[in-house]
Amino acid sequence: MTALDRRAAVRRLLADRGGLVVVTGLGASAYDVAAGGDSPLDFPLWGAMGGAAMVGLGVAIAQPSRTVLVVTGDGEMLMGLGSLATIAVERPHNLRVVVLDNERFGETGNQATHTASGTDLAQVARACGITDVRTITALDDVDRLRADLHSTEGPLFAVIKISADVQPKVLPPRDGPYLANRTRTALVGATAALDD
Amino acid sequence: MTAWADDIHRLFQTHRVTLVSMVPDAGHSRLIELCQGDPGIRTVTLTTEEEGVALAAGAYLGGARSALLIQSSGVGNCVNMFSLPRTCHLPFFTLVTMRGEWGEFNPWQVPMGQSTTAVLEASGVTVFRADTAADVGPTVEGALQLAFQSRRRVAVLLSQRLLGAKRFGEAVQ
Repeated sequence: MTALDRRAAVRRLLADRGGLVVVTGLGASAYDVAAGGDSPLDFPLWGAMGGAAMVGLGVAIAQPSRTVLVVTGDGEMLMGLGSLATIAVERPHNLRVVVLDNERFGETGNQATHTASGTDLAQVARACGITDVRTITALDDVDRLRADLHSTEGPLFAVIKISADVQPKVLPPRDGPYLANRTRTALVGATAALDD
Repeated sequence: MTAWADDIHRLFQTHRVTLVSMVPDAGHSRLIELCQGDPGIRTVTLTTEEEGVALAAGAYLGGARSALLIQSSGVGNCVNMFSLPRTCHLPFFTLVTMRGEWGEFNPWQVPMGQSTTAVLEASGVTVFRADTAADVGPTVEGALQLAFQSRRRVAVLLSQRLLGAKRFGEAVQ
């Protein structure tokens, strides 16, 4: 089994994304999404490690008619394992969490994470109570996942096993107020700045 | 006796707080019941307090105002996650029930209780404190206004004297 190229996997995952909201964890998963272009519907984290899935849950609860996709890495997800239990209990119909699992802490020198030694995030998600859980090792299965992102009802959790090869950095914007205001405006309209 | 919790619940309604997340504490019991019984408020139970900081940020991006109910021991869990609303200039509102101060019987609660205000302030959170039942409503109202009208990170500490010190009178010695 050859682990997938992360950029190719994310490109396919986000093809024809429409109004999909994308929250990313910090580091390489943010660069993978940025490599496909910058959008007001993207909210990349540059810190707050462990928080990506919960930011996604917050958007999903506030915007029930939108589909929200969290794209994060195995290291970031490991820091917020409890959020999988919270998501399982809340059962947000419009939230999907995809972990790009290279079994490495990529930003800090590619040190091994727990998934390199057998921790299985898909099994964790399943044990927390999320029922639609997949582990993906082939690009064709990414296409199926992409289709299901837009059609499934109920929370979905997927691990995509990717190569640990380091890709060129494609940086999304990192000014916090800019990122937050443009996403909020894209989601709630021009009244976002008025808050009334 | 806990009519102040009813005051907070009414303020949540008038300030359009529609999402309340929590790591439960006995001091929040009445307020939690009121929120859970309110069809206009969604409640979310967290496994750890920092989840609620990230949840609040996402909810605000989606146009929803939220509040986080925690105990003072949970403030320390939130420190790095506070960087999210702080860096992005997002409103954040939390109600913190205090332990480790007036009347505390459990020494393990004291370190975090005694550093709650300093930790919050060092994290860029403006801190208000309510010591009496009559104080709660006006304090919370002003704090909600500061958080959501001026987009600030704000905490209201509900003091242990207000809540009543917990005792272990029923414990077997």
